[in-house]
Amino acid sequence: MTLNEQQDEIIEEFSVFDDWMDKYNYLIELSKDLSVIDPKYKTQEYLIEGCQSKVWLFAEMDGDVVKFSADSDAIITKGIAALLVRVLSGQKPADILNNELYFIDKIGLQQNLSPTRSNGLLAMVKQMKLYAMAYNASR
Amino acid sequence: MSLDIQKIRNDFPILNQQVYNKPLIYFDNAATTQKPQVVIDEELKIYSHENSNIHRGVHYLSEQLTQRYEDARKVVRKFINAKHDYEVIFTSGTTESINTIAFSFGEKYISEGDEIIISTLEHHANIVPWQMLCERKKAILKVIPINDKGELLLDEYQKLISPKTKIVAVNQVSNALGTVNDVKKLIDIAHQQNIPVLIDGAQSIQHGNVDVQELDCDFFVFSGHKIYGPNGIGVIYGKEKWLNEMPPFMTGGEMIKKVTFEKTTFNELPFKFEAGTPNYVGAIGLVAAINYIQDIGLENIAVYEKELLDYATKKLESIDGLRIIGTAQKKVSVISFVLNNIHHYDAGMVIDKMGIAVRTGHHCAEPLMDRFNIEGTIRASFSFYNTKEEIDKLYEALLTVKQMFS
Repeated sequence: MTLNEQQDEIIEEFSVFDDWMDKYNYLIELSKDLSVIDPKYKTQEYLIEGCQSKVWLFAEMDGDVVKFSADSDAIITKGIAALLVRVLSGQKPADILNNELYFIDKIGLQQNLSPTRSNGLLAMVKQMKLYAMAYNASR
Repeated sequence: MSLDIQKIRNDFPILNQQVYNKPLIYFDNAATTQKPQVVIDEELKIYSHENSNIHRGVHYLSEQLTQRYEDARKVVRKFINAKHDYEVIFTSGTTESINTIAFSFGEKYISEGDEIIISTLEHHANIVPWQMLCERKKAILKVIPINDKGELLLDEYQKLISPKTKIVAVNQVSNALGTVNDVKKLIDIAHQQNIPVLIDGAQSIQHGNVDVQELDCDFFVFSGHKIYGPNGIGVIYGKEKWLNEMPPFMTGGEMIKKVTFEKTTFNELPFKFEAGTPNYVGAIGLVAAINYIQDIGLENIAVYEKELLDYATKKLESIDGLRIIGTAQKKVSVISFVLNNIHHYDAGMVIDKMGIAVRTGHHCAEPLMDRFNIEGTIRASFSFYNTKEEIDKLYEALLTVKQMFS
């Protein structure tokens, strides 16, 4: 699936929820599916520290695509991290760099990526793009 | 006298609204308080009809507003019972107040090897300015420890005091836990060794009467926005003898007597510490807020807020897995707690969607969170416009949170 197909699929999934609690319950479910970071990478080096919650992010190349795994100490943050991993993991570095992430806005979770929210997610997106940039350059 | 809460609520237009289709419940009063209509009207009136830069103007508007600004100083003086009007300095808020004192006092009185005492309960605003001062002057920061209830250990405090101690800076009420410190005792102990004391009143001024002469504190600082007044106005009370000796912090207009390119002489108190155009609108708005709460009566406010605190404490304690952080004998209407091992951010996100405004995180008091070995708490802080019914709603929201995350 292309990156944008992934985004569209998520938007479709969230379109059935008209209540915040349902949305959050779904994020809690998703948090359980996240391809969790190998414990040996759950260290200071891979930590993205937010003021409200923490995120750990690990990336590696697998053939010509980037594989991401992540974790968070807060479950809702972890659910959103799971969505980001779903969209960006398994994509080519150039695609990660060249496509806009529009699904967060569309599913109404943009507050969670605002610079003042400081839950580690905005920094996580930035970090994912940086990894892509580095892999892209080294190819 | 019991308060007519419904009538009071009508004075605060912001409370009458829905968020996420639910009635707003505002429990973030320790972060900032809402404004009664009289404060809003006062600011609107100034900008609509009275605005003019003060002090140096010779025209009608400027003279009128200068008078009102200086009258505001008198109202604040009376409110905290300072001895002289010129011991009241307007700032932008508590943070600027503490920075001003830390810098100016530090320039004059702190040198290498000197010691400054703060406490574990402090907000970052009463930690970092002293830390920076210590770095600048190679001085030493000492910290009064607390017990597991969140109360200062007076014995330990006494042990920290040494001939090197130059100033003590502590809050009267902890923002994160609500602990009321016995600052009178802290001040008396310090004064036995002639050590001046700064009291951070950001979280106490709105909950009860403050009398700086009775406390005999050397400095007292607070913010207008935490006492139902406007944002961007704050106060330094300082004893004349210190303020006269201390050099200015910020420089510029208003605070000078004479300027040549060779030398500048400074204005006298209080203007020496009020560089630039002061926030006269804020100062006059603060008067409206002070008048408003004095009409209700700070004693009445304290009684009702205690009732809310007791009610909420009992209610929240009944939730299995909920642990209140900060169980001091004397507290203001602030409850900080953790719920099982649910992350405070997760809890906050869900509580928000139920229309309830609480604060989550470390509350700008990271060393205090470290003391309790936690990352943060959920904090509900009540004001006299809150009700027991609203606390019931918080209780229900917490049950939902518990269910969702376990």
